[in-house]
Amino acid sequence: MSQDNNLTLDQEKVETQVPAQSLSSLAWKRLKRDKVGMISLLIVCFYLLLCAAGWMGLAGENWRADVAVPNAPPTFATWEPRGTQVNTVTAPSGSADQVDDDNSAAAPDPLAALMAQADKHESQYESKTTKLKETLILGADGQGRDVLQKAIKGTSVSVSVALLGAFCAIVIGTILGAIAGYFGKWVDDVLMWFYSIFTSVPDMLLLLSFAAVLSRGISTLVLIFALTSWTYVFRLMRAEFMKHKERDYIKAADAIGAGQTRKMFRHILPNVSHILLVQFSILTVGMIKSEVVLSFLGFGVGIKQTSWGAMLAEVPAELIQGYWWQMLTVTVFMSVLVTAFSLLTDSLRDALDPKVS
Amino acid sequence: MKTPLVRISNLKIDFKMEDGRYFEALKRISFDIPHHTVLALVGESGSGKSVTSTALMGLLPESNTVIDQDSCIEFNGRSVLAMSKKELRRLRGGDIAMIFQDPMSSLNPVFTIGDQIIETLQEHKSMSKKAARQKAIDLLTEVGLPNPESRIHAYPHELSGGQQQRVMIAIAIACEPKLLIADEPTTALDVTIQKQILELITKMQKKHGMSVLFVTHDLGVVAEFADEVVVMRHGEICESGVIEEVFRHPKHPYTKALLNCRPSLTYRPERLAVIDDFLQGEAYQLPANRSRGYQEGNPVILEVNNLCKYFKIKTGLFRYIDLKAVDGVSFQLQRGKTLGIVGESGSGKSTVGHTIMRLLESTSGEALFEGKDILSMSNEDFKPLKRRVQIIFQNPYASLNPRFTVGQILIEPMLLHHIGKDKQEREKLARSLLDKVGLAANAFNKYPHEFSGGQRQRIAIARCLTLQPDILICDESVSALDVSVQAQVLNLLQDLQDEFQMSYLFISHDLSVVKHISDQIMVMQQGKVVEMGDADSVYANPQHDYTQKLIASIPQNPQWFEANLAL
Repeated sequence: MSQDNNLTLDQEKVETQVPAQSLSSLAWKRLKRDKVGMISLLIVCFYLLLCAAGWMGLAGENWRADVAVPNAPPTFATWEPRGTQVNTVTAPSGSADQVDDDNSAAAPDPLAALMAQADKHESQYESKTTKLKETLILGADGQGRDVLQKAIKGTSVSVSVALLGAFCAIVIGTILGAIAGYFGKWVDDVLMWFYSIFTSVPDMLLLLSFAAVLSRGISTLVLIFALTSWTYVFRLMRAEFMKHKERDYIKAADAIGAGQTRKMFRHILPNVSHILLVQFSILTVGMIKSEVVLSFLGFGVGIKQTSWGAMLAEVPAELIQGYWWQMLTVTVFMSVLVTAFSLLTDSLRDALDPKVS
Repeated sequence: MKTPLVRISNLKIDFKMEDGRYFEALKRISFDIPHHTVLALVGESGSGKSVTSTALMGLLPESNTVIDQDSCIEFNGRSVLAMSKKELRRLRGGDIAMIFQDPMSSLNPVFTIGDQIIETLQEHKSMSKKAARQKAIDLLTEVGLPNPESRIHAYPHELSGGQQQRVMIAIAIACEPKLLIADEPTTALDVTIQKQILELITKMQKKHGMSVLFVTHDLGVVAEFADEVVVMRHGEICESGVIEEVFRHPKHPYTKALLNCRPSLTYRPERLAVIDDFLQGEAYQLPANRSRGYQEGNPVILEVNNLCKYFKIKTGLFRYIDLKAVDGVSFQLQRGKTLGIVGESGSGKSTVGHTIMRLLESTSGEALFEGKDILSMSNEDFKPLKRRVQIIFQNPYASLNPRFTVGQILIEPMLLHHIGKDKQEREKLARSLLDKVGLAANAFNKYPHEFSGGQRQRIAIARCLTLQPDILICDESVSALDVSVQAQVLNLLQDLQDEFQMSYLFISHDLSVVKHISDQIMVMQQGKVVEMGDADSVYANPQHDYTQKLIASIPQNPQWFEANLAL
């Protein structure tokens, strides 16, 4: 049912309408009505805050400190106190040592002067013993590091790698896709050859070969993800630009004398931006998962950093000994975000393109 | 009294909208469809005519439709609204059949047309495959498809639009329905084909003793062959009755307006009537006749010589054939005059416009604009001239960038051509143009999707006006609009031509519209000009066979219809 009434009284009708609504504000309105979408959005925003806090040093800063006994269990899972006997040493009364001491007291001690000197030296230093905690909120890993701190730090590393990777993939894919789709002909042929070569290699193989060649680190991961994932965006954008360049509004822009760059990025790009947003969200989820796989295989962020993948890589050795808390923590952190992101993607798609649903 | 085939009474349908509000699509309408009758349901977009026919088929989406308790749709005495899904399925295809506007999208592209007819027959008539096949051939013969024996193996894309619609009709009448619903069945077709399809539907109706519910926006189409008419507007029935009676003595002002706002072939008023003229209740005075035609000594602003545009069609790995879309077209356009280009789809009329605008590269020929050939000059040289030749496209829904506000749309060309000193001056000009094309000032900050089709076309016109062009190419610019809106836009174009002395190249498939607005007419067929001359003389004495055929295909309004125009 067409909404437009071709009234003769159109003018008055329009004047009584609500203020101008851009397509994006309409999409936002639709998203706001979607409860699942809004909850997912809140969760994703929470993770983004966590990620930012991690980089600003507000949370997860001390993930490397050994704050607890190795493999300290989480508080909620501590049924009996463990390790109480670790630090205390009680001397038995009336033992052989005692007797020896008495004897030596009688004899002159040749080292007494040295001992006194040492005691004097020692008294100049202040010594402080930090007691290692026996339980932590979410437990500790094999080196006694706080799993919660690690998970927060891991979140900020994993999420930012995924977001940056997705962003770079979008930028590369959009620019190449726009050029291929808009200009067509031999430009398209060249780029399509390039694309075909990239996609002919299995993704994981491509990831691993880049990871093996390049040095470890966050920027390397971002680069790898961008280089392996731009193809999806390229394919989509190429098709969209091919479609849109034939539309009347582009012909109209041509007729008023708009240049190529203007038509491509001022006119067409905003009209396909909703696809990019959805694609960005899909890529981010994929990259979070790829990071886990890469780190698990030892091609991840390296030992100076931690990430969800790096943490999960420690898990098999721990599980054999029955230490399950690191695995649980990382899995929960990761699956909540991935689920929320995927649901958000669906809601975004519905909100941005109501025709599909 | 015999019960009518279909009785609709008190039908009220609301649609739940996205924001939770309700849109009243039908406001308690009642009408009957008698047996063996063609009833035309006429209305413009948003009138509720399609909702009515969809409700009759029981095809409205359940999720967002609210049908009022008191509503009643009866088919042969049985209530359609109370039927179960299974009964509805038997009703559709069995007793009620439907044909749609776009035959290509209603036929399944991966099955042959024979399979599709046979499937329908087996489904509803439980025929054997062999009998069904024979019946399918009979049906295709009946609807006038050439070589039905071999065509039964054809796929839909191998048929032309008119033939596809014939197949649709064959499928529809396969089960001998009592009611055929035809929803704008000829809107997507050329005039000559439209005439054939209308004749076919009438023939089938008589032969099979069906009733036909003919849903259309075009009063002219129904005048010839409908028995009764129901005129709808905004979900209400304005007027209904026997067609001759309604056309001869329209009572409702809206009916009067609809009858008058369509350009006529015999009479050319200064201004076309618009609905407002009638709704205000005063007696409508028909304006004086406007005389048209090229005048000797009028300066020629555009001279096109031997324009050709060939498209290369790939037929093999290295083989191409030329498709001659425009083949040796020459014409002159006088300042302040309108040249109308008519032709059916595929005649190359739009290609002419696009080539002159350089949206397409010409193969050969020249277009002299003030003595300079605009087709062979470089892009840099053409850019300043671009503002003097502008184009308005057919579909106002597609030609405006949905992400731009109207203000941005209007200011962009000024920026590109350095019109206006600063932002304020451009804004001021944009607002004054909005006013000129009859849009409210607050349109400036709105987005195109907030406007109706007619308003959008006004925005597109305003965008062209920002550049103050000398030549305006109107490529089917009013074809996608409702007749009443079409009249308004045609009036606007005429006013602008009178004020700015612009020259129009008016491209359309609609002969009466072209006749109304043009001084000279060029008839095109398959890329060639078959006839050119003064508008009135071409219509009065068409020389070429093709022109004669085109004019004969325009729905011939009966005498009483034309007589009524001098209301």
